[in-house]
Amino acid sequence: MGLEAKLQSDGFLTTTIDAVVSWARKNSVWPMPMGISCCAIEMMAAVDPKYDMSRFGSEVFRFTPRQCDLMIVAGTVTYKMSHVVRKIYDQMPDPKWVIAMGACTSSGGMYRSYPVVQGIDQFLPVDVYTAGCPPRPENLLNALMEIQNKIGKSKSRDYQDRVYQNLKHVEN
Amino acid sequence: MEINELIVEKIKNFSPNAIEETSDFRSDFSLVIKKDELLKVAEFLKADPDLLFVQCKDVTAIDWAKRKNRFTTVYHIYSFKLNKILRLKVNLGEEPQVDSVVSVWQSANWYERETWDMYGIKFLNHPDLRRMYMPEQFEYHPLRKDFPVMGIPGSIPLPSGPQKD
Repeated sequence: MGLEAKLQSDGFLTTTIDAVVSWARKNSVWPMPMGISCCAIEMMAAVDPKYDMSRFGSEVFRFTPRQCDLMIVAGTVTYKMSHVVRKIYDQMPDPKWVIAMGACTSSGGMYRSYPVVQGIDQFLPVDVYTAGCPPRPENLLNALMEIQNKIGKSKSRDYQDRVYQNLKHVEN
Repeated sequence: MEINELIVEKIKNFSPNAIEETSDFRSDFSLVIKKDELLKVAEFLKADPDLLFVQCKDVTAIDWAKRKNRFTTVYHIYSFKLNKILRLKVNLGEEPQVDSVVSVWQSANWYERETWDMYGIKFLNHPDLRRMYMPEQFEYHPLRKDFPVMGIPGSIPLPSGPQKD
């Protein structure tokens, strides 16, 4: 009863461009591994054969932000590091999404002190927050599926009138 | 213990008034050194052929908050010859300043930068007294007792806020 059966019986199907594009987009999310501390270990575990993130089309971790559309911020973000995170985020092409992985990233976590940013939503638009310290790989996969749901609902006209911000920290 | 007595004896022969106080707690031997004598004593401890404290393991500080001499800098030095760790302390008042020991032990360079960053103790004649951890434009010294744990709001700049869609 999959796509093949449909194509064999009728030879064609009707759909909208938006549906096809968002379907393709959500099943090929390429993450940017922003592994800053211990959550990164669980992020790596999510890609290994046991949890296998490639089931969702996201096995391609790109180490250049220019080829990514999802940023997984995995770890404690200090004030000094926040500028680096934002700079990398700004270099990613639109459309792009952000997962705040773990307690530190979402809220500062146990680091309730002066050098740690108390939640990366102070300087990044976060789409999904993940609980845990660190979250289990299943939890990261759940976050990825939430992102996929969100991408699946997106339409191409959501992006057509977008005003591009002046990226002054990318100029150098 | 004999080694401790040897060290004290040697320093007293070299500079009679340098030691303010000694203590030996669970075989951690510490000397409180006069501020002006620190550099000379450090040079002596490193160069003396019977002592040879050639390695500086750590430089840090204590903020006592309410004590008259508010700050203490602490130096941990090690002698391979004696297999002995010696702790030197120097008491300092408000707006603390002390001679840098980088000219004696090169390894003290970054330790003193860290101590400057965290406690605001000025090391005179340090070759490069920049902050170690905090951003360079930061004005405070976070490990002082009067610094709030959550920091001072707005003292460290964040990137521009979340903008999307």
